[in-house]
Amino acid sequence: MTTVAARPATMAQALTRALRDAMAADPAVHVMGEDVGTLGGVFRITDGLAAEFGEDRCTDTPLAEAGILGTAVGMAMYGLRPVVEMQFDAFAYPSFEQLVSHVAKMRNRTRGAMPMPLTIRIPYGGGIGGVEHHSDSSEAYYMATPGLHVYTPATIADAYGMLRAAIASDDPVVFLEPKRLYWSKDTWNPEDPPAVEPVGRAVVRRRGGSATLLTYGPSLPVCLEAAEAAREEGWDLEVVDLRSLVPFDDETVCASVRRTGRAVVVHESTGFGGPGGEIAARVTERCFHHLEAPVLRVAGFDVPYPPPMLERHHLPGVDRILDAVGRLQWEAEN
Amino acid sequence: MTVMEQRGAYRPTPPPAWQPRTDPAPLLPDARPYRVLGTEAAGSADPDLLLRLYRRLVAGRRFNAQATALTKQGRLAVYPSSTGQEACEVVAAAVLQDRDWLFPSYRDTLAVVSRGVDPVQALTLLRGDWHTGYDPYEHRVAPLSTPLATQLPHAVGLAHAARLKGDDVVALALVGDGGTSEGDFHEAMNFAAVWQAPVVFLVQNNGFAISVPLAKQTAAPSLAHKAVGYGMPGRLVDGNDAAAVHEVLSGAVRRAREGGGPTLVEAVTYRVDAHTNADDAGRYRSDAEVETWRAHDPIALLEEELTHRGLLDDDTRTAARDAAETMAADLRARMNEDPALRPDDLFAHVHAGSTAQLREQAEQLRAELAAEAEEAGR
Ligand SMILES: Cc1ncc(C[n+]2csc(CCOP(=O)(O)OP(=O)(O)O)c2C)c(N)n1
Repeated sequence: MTTVAARPATMAQALTRALRDAMAADPAVHVMGEDVGTLGGVFRITDGLAAEFGEDRCTDTPLAEAGILGTAVGMAMYGLRPVVEMQFDAFAYPSFEQLVSHVAKMRNRTRGAMPMPLTIRIPYGGGIGGVEHHSDSSEAYYMATPGLHVYTPATIADAYGMLRAAIASDDPVVFLEPKRLYWSKDTWNPEDPPAVEPVGRAVVRRRGGSATLLTYGPSLPVCLEAAEAAREEGWDLEVVDLRSLVPFDDETVCASVRRTGRAVVVHESTGFGGPGGEIAARVTERCFHHLEAPVLRVAGFDVPYPPPMLERHHLPGVDRILDAVGRLQWEAEN
Repeated sequence: MTVMEQRGAYRPTPPPAWQPRTDPAPLLPDARPYRVLGTEAAGSADPDLLLRLYRRLVAGRRFNAQATALTKQGRLAVYPSSTGQEACEVVAAAVLQDRDWLFPSYRDTLAVVSRGVDPVQALTLLRGDWHTGYDPYEHRVAPLSTPLATQLPHAVGLAHAARLKGDDVVALALVGDGGTSEGDFHEAMNFAAVWQAPVVFLVQNNGFAISVPLAKQTAAPSLAHKAVGYGMPGRLVDGNDAAAVHEVLSGAVRRAREGGGPTLVEAVTYRVDAHTNADDAGRYRSDAEVETWRAHDPIALLEEELTHRGLLDDDTRTAARDAAETMAADLRARMNEDPALRPDDLFAHVHAGSTAQLREQAEQLRAELAAEAEEAGR
């Protein structure tokens, strides 16, 4: 095999490549959604797929999310592996009935006879100045629905590797793409993509001993930046990228928290009823005796996602994370 | 005995008599989009109305150009232009009484402005300082709806409620061709027809839903034909012919007000600009196609008619342009002022009251901003 050098790539390009390679590898893989054909999707993630594989395999559907997901269910019943694109987080809501009542439950209802090997790609989260209904973090709804897997990559290698894994999975996967990381860059080799950790495993992105930041998707770069800044304060933070919310990797998370004794969960989604509550509870249940402080959450405020000019006040940034890290010196303060 | 012999002995019971619940014929749309301008009918169109529409079209075009320019200056985050569709936009506002309601979708800022909403307030959503910049009750304009077709059931519900209260209020709801594929469109149409709600649906069929052409959106003969299945009339009209749109829409509004029930109007028009300033229309359509439609421009059509009837002199034309220019200059000046942002607003309108949780978070933000200000001051 000729060796091809890694070159700069964006997360968007890696996702496109993953779709292309999956379609080439398996004729059962069909991509469908609004504007995914000629336009290549509003974020261009499906760019070139209709030209390469034909409109039957990369299909511009009518504008109807319930219809898109509902027909994907039927296609999956007949042996295809649909990969559905929802244009934006908040536009997936019309398809909730299909997702909750059928996609998530079909295997269970049929005692395993009818699996749902479909992937639902959803660009999610804020930070790109989108107007109303373009910045929701809806992961808690998906996490709370038994039967769904919920993946969210934060690195370019993971974007490729995890999307391939999602498409290969015999279970339905809600694949959340952090839209503000679409244009993030890294050196990456599209001809020979690096293997990534299996989905379902969290990955320690930065080693440290003072406390653990538990995060995923759009908040990973923010946490890494906060960890660098914390060095000046004398804190050496470990940063764990959860990668998949379902399945959840208790093992890696708890190993880290037991080592550091302190943890902060960071995400854009609202704090109340958000993913952080579940994560903090799990960590507390498993690591109680190792904890030096309560597990804290740094999350978006409990408000509807704000208009773009105010979103910087809503999104958890470095300062809010450092502030929480400061509060972890529990004994000293109380 | 063979199967055929058995069948011969079989005497099926005849089905009960059946007839359609409604005669579909009067519900069917015209075979071709209805036109007034350039036809015999134009001769009897009210000159005052035509001139009024002309001024509004000229102002509307200028508004679209100005808003598009504001995106280039970074003053608007995004602007979905309705250039080419101005006839639908301004007429939608013109056929309503003050007490009626307009339910716009995200492309319909011009209809909202034509209804009397301050342009700066109408553009707040697209500037990004708040989601809806106006009080919906002031001019009876619902918030611009971004999720497609979701405003349609609201329009039906409001119209139904008004009727229940004995008010002769009509709701006019705007939706794009793509939006007609959504489940909410179907449900709204069905409710409206079953309840005989005083609502008018105006589909602006501008050819595309972002990149997807109508042929991939529907296999129906026309979008207006969809009405028949629900039991309401469908009307097909040339959406660039302001006089025709006015006649058809005001007829539908009158009918609704008089208790005749809902109407679905499909206006055939074209989105001359890209979907938004962020879109690359060259990927899905040809310049030649756009040029064909430019030649069928709503302002030019009306100008031709007015000139033909001797109703348009240079003074009228200049006055219309000057008025549009003044509006644009005012808009430009006011949009160039930075909006006053109030971070506290994040927490102000989540619930009718507040909660301890939100007060705590507001306090946190205030402390952060104070620290930021102190840092900046140092
Ligand atoms: C429920 C929902 N799905 C997807 C979108 C994303 N989206 C915004 S505009 C648009 C196309 C709308 O086309 P159409 O209804 O024809 O209206 P037009 O833009 O042509 O005025 C799409 C898909 C949305 N806003 N809402």
